Formats: sequence, structure tokens, C-alpha cells
Amino acid sequence: MAKTDIIKKASLPDPAGLSTGWQAARTRLQGLQGGGLNIAHEALDRHVAAGHGDQPALIWLGKDGARLVQSYADLAADAARFANALRAHGIHPGERLFLLSGRVPELYAATLGALKAGVVVSPLFAAFGPEPVRARMEIGAASVLVTTAQHYKRKVAPWRDQMPGLKLVLIIGDDAPEGCVALGPAMTKASDRFETEATDPEDMALLHFTSGTTGLPKGVVHVHQAVVAHSETGRLALDLRPGDIYWCTADPGWVTGMSYGIIAPLCNRVTLVVDEAEFDLQRWYSILEREAVQVWYTAPTAIRMMMRAGTEAAKGHDFSALRFLASVGEPLNSECVLWGQQVFGLPFHDNWWQSETGGIMIANTAAMDIKPGAMGKPLPGIEAGIVQVEGAHVTELPDGEIGELALRPGWPSMMRAYLGQPERYAKVFKGGWYLTGDLAMRDTDGYFWFVGRADDLIKSAGHLIGPFEVESALIEHEAVAEAAVIGVPDETAGEVVKAFVTLKAGFEPGEELERELRGHARKKLGPAVAPREIVFRDSLPRTRSGKIMRRLLRARELGLPEGDLSTLEEDAK
Amino acid sequence: MTPKDIRAAFIEDLTSVAPDIDPDLLDDDEHLQDDLGLDSMDFLNLVSALHKRFGLPIPEADYPELATTAQAVRYLGKAPAG
Repeated sequence: MAKTDIIKKASLPDPAGLSTGWQAARTRLQGLQGGGLNIAHEALDRHVAAGHGDQPALIWLGKDGARLVQSYADLAADAARFANALRAHGIHPGERLFLLSGRVPELYAATLGALKAGVVVSPLFAAFGPEPVRARMEIGAASVLVTTAQHYKRKVAPWRDQMPGLKLVLIIGDDAPEGCVALGPAMTKASDRFETEATDPEDMALLHFTSGTTGLPKGVVHVHQAVVAHSETGRLALDLRPGDIYWCTADPGWVTGMSYGIIAPLCNRVTLVVDEAEFDLQRWYSILEREAVQVWYTAPTAIRMMMRAGTEAAKGHDFSALRFLASVGEPLNSECVLWGQQVFGLPFHDNWWQSETGGIMIANTAAMDIKPGAMGKPLPGIEAGIVQVEGAHVTELPDGEIGELALRPGWPSMMRAYLGQPERYAKVFKGGWYLTGDLAMRDTDGYFWFVGRADDLIKSAGHLIGPFEVESALIEHEAVAEAAVIGVPDETAGEVVKAFVTLKAGFEPGEELERELRGHARKKLGPAVAPREIVFRDSLPRTRSGKIMRRLLRARELGLPEGDLSTLEEDAK
Repeated sequence: MTPKDIRAAFIEDLTSVAPDIDPDLLDDDEHLQDDLGLDSMDFLNLVSALHKRFGLPIPEADYPELATTAQAVRYLGKAPAG
């Protein structure tokens, strides 16, 4: 445990003085007449109907310096236009729409418009290469894609004819390549009124993809009822209050950017700041100052990049509007928490959740003392434990012991399925717990501390990367016989992807081939997923049953104990 | 170093970080992140390689001056030859 002192806070009551619990949270939403529940209604239409249509919903900052403000009424109208455009092209409730674009205003209207029409939204990260895009769209049985002409040409057009279920490709802008529809004119033509689809609370709303250690990525299913948790955890863990100026730096292509970059803040009627550009130190400081951001939700990698520049770089900026800082994605080291205090006069509040939980589960909240380095305590309505799993038996461990972090199922944003993979879904529920795959420890004060992953998944810059997907892309190269991929520690990103490969006969290891393989992987997977380093080996350690032992490669790489080698093939020892 | 040498050295480091970039198809005014697809980690790795090669400190505040190949070559040209 870190030796840093606890950051004490004056005892603060819940700011709004509201009762907690999921039932109470549900009553703070409106719902649809007849018992339906729809995320878009709670995020937009409800506020417009209550007279807040003029409040800015979105302040969009373009790469080129443009600044566009959309009010709640504007965004609700655009969402309605988008929903009408979907219907005009024969798209029905329950069909799946994928998003593949940078942070442009259309992305927000499309997300909310699709939800309004009862269409399931599945966001993709724009930096994905063609293979992750294709794999996810196939598993998710995409019928609509919203993207740009550039992404379409490079990542979708080459294989589109093999995916007949993809009925509609909407291209952001006024022109579209052959076989696609330009979104601009389609929106202009459409009416700005649309009766929200009467979705049932248990109807599928969102499909997020998460990596697996083996096999293809898993499609994590969330329902409209998740909005109860999005809204409530936004209030409890991020301290969102109506009218706040709020900046979530996560991209909507990942679960944080969807749950807390779009849904939770709009449900809490705050004003979103959206920056189209990637991380840029001075730009970020200027945005915090100029837009008078009050609540800021970012990630350790970004914080560490800011720290590299030192406190000097922040001098001269006025951050007095800031009220609450939060971070997610990987453990926030105590240096980062304290750096927040030095530069912004406020500590960062770490919190923990994952695609499967749909929303924040464990957090250092505004009302709590912060233990720098800890992920915090379970939010009201969440029961968490540290468990040991042996076969079908799950035992809770006492405080201070390291085990798997587990949650009692039943919160509104809990995943409802891994799409089409009931056996994988069943595997993560045992003994009345949902097993998170993360190793953690609870201290005697009830704070949880992240220790690592229980499996081979790699956490790089806050994103979970499945080694299997990377290995599969590598072995598609003609020179590669086999590949094993692990995460190695990195000062800025937490972990980075490193690959070990063996070559087929006739290929020689060397710098040139190393570059070629990395280039190949980047083209297929995109930079966020592709290995940053590839090394050549004569053989890879395998179990007697032939499975590559990534765990052993990692232990050897990091100089850790090698653990139980009883299943290792003799000649690899 | 002449601007031509600097450009060659820059491209060597760029394509080492991002070997998916074909130097023959590279347009010097393309944005490294927006057009060539470098992510933040790639960019940091590139800066660190340039720092080593040219032996000059590249403070974070100067990163915007490395947004394109043309800009980077100008910026690196101001440094004492490495």
C-alpha cells in the first residue's frame, strides 16, 4: 500500500441531499408513458420538455479552432432528424448501428438518435485498423454504419461485399462514395420531430466490445435500464450537478466515452465539452481555463503526459472554475493524485469499472477522504468482495489479502449477455458473484486497491487489449510461424504491447523484418492495439497440450517468479 | 546538417516508430497524428528518438511545432547539428 497520507476532506453531505439506492435513482428519471424507458429521452427530451432547451448541451471544439455550441433543443432536434433518417432507410428497432469516427458533432446526434429510434448503438474506436473493425461488426451483426469517407474506404469498403447484412452506410458530410448515403442531406431532409421508440427497460441499447484472452472480442450487451446507473453514478462518483461544465477526455469509441462522455452527463443536464483533437498539453490547459471546466474526467496516461511537462507548463493558467477531478482506466499512482493538488489545487479521484459493469462501481467520491493509489469504495447499491475461486467454489477473503475482485450481481447497468456466447457469460458468474478478472485487495478501512489482471489481458493507456487478437494478426504475415503477446510495464501507458514471434523456415530475424512485422500489425490493428516491440525467438514456451504460456514469457521478461511449471513442455524449460 | 539530411533522419525515426508509413508516399505537410495515424504514445516515442539522435531537449511546449514533417524539419534545423 502506498505510504502517502490520506487526503482528508471536510465531511460533506450528498450535495443534492437525495436518497440513494437504485429505486430512488429510477424515480429521478422520467420514463416513457406506458412503462417504457429510453436513454435518449432521459438524456435530452426530458430536459427540453422541462424548459431547459436553451441550455448548452455540447460545446464542440474543432481541431482547426472552430467552436460550435449546441443547446439541448438543438441536439434533441438533430437526434430526431437522425432517427427519422434511419427509419426512412428501413432501419427498425433492435437493429445494430456501429459508429466509426472521430469526435465530431454528428457522432453525438447519431448516438442519441439511434437510441431514440430503439436502434442498438455500438461504438468503435476510430484508431482501430480494418481487422478489429470487421471482427466487431461481424460479431455484432451490424446493419448500419456511421463513419467518414476516409475510414470507410480504408477499413470497410475492401470487405463490405462479404457482409450482406450491412444495409446502410451513412457517411458524415455532404458526399458519399458509391453504395453509401451522405448523412448531411439525409439529416436536412428529415423532420426534427420523432416519437421516441417505446423501448422496454430490458431492451438492448448498447453493445460494447471487450477483448478476450482467447478467441474473438466479446460483445457486451447493455439495456436501456442501464441509464439508471449511468445517471446516478455520474452524480455520485463524478459529482455532476445540473448546469455544470464538464469535460470527459475519453473517446466515445470506448465505454468511458459513451457512458460518461455522453449518457451520464446529459442525463444529469450538464454541458459537455468535446475536443476533436488528440492530447496536446497547452491546448488542454487552455480548454480547462477558457471553457471554465468545473468537472474533469480523464485518465492516468493523460495525467502522466501532463506531469512530464512539469508544473511550470501549467503556470499562468486560471483553473479556478475546476471543482472536481476524476480519473479512470488504470490505477492512478499516488504521484498523479498529488500532482493534481499541486497544479489544480484539487486531488484526482480515482474510480474503477469495466465494460461489463456498464458504470462506475468503486470510487473515491467527493464526500470521501482519498487514499492516493486506491480505487476507492463501492458506491451505494454496490457490494464488492475479494474472492478466491477454486473450481465451482468461491470463498470471500479477509481484508488485506489479494484475490479476485467480485461484485454481487443486480445493478441496473450490469451486462445482460456476451452477445451470442452464453457459455462465456455463464463462466463469469459463480457462487452468487460476478467475477471481474481483476486482482485486488481491500484494506481494513474498506478501500479497494488494484493489483493486476487475473488473466493475460493487457491494459495499455486504459484500454484492454486481448493478446489473441494481436497474435492472430501477426501470424497472418508470411514470415511468422507463431506469436505470443504480453504487456510490459511502461511509465506513461501503464503497459505496452510486446510480441514474441518465431519465424518460418527461410526467414531471418533482423531489424528490417521487425519493422515490417510492426508495420503489418499497425495496418491491420491500428496503433492502439499493435505491438510497440517485437522480438524473435527460436521457440516459445508451451504447455504439454500445446498452449503458449504467455504468463511464463511475462514472468521471464519482468524477472518475476515463474510459478508452477508442471505443465510446461520439457524442452522449453 | 542540411534540411535534406534532417528530413532523411526524421523520416528514419518516424518510420521506425510507425513502420506502416511508406516514406515514398509521404507528403511533408501531412499531420503526423491526423493524417498519418500516429497516436499519443507513437508521438512520445518519436520525440524521444529525435531527442536521442539530435541531442537536443524537446520540451512538451514545443510539440505543436512537430505536427508535420515539414514543420519538424524546420524545428530540428534550428538545433545545433547532431
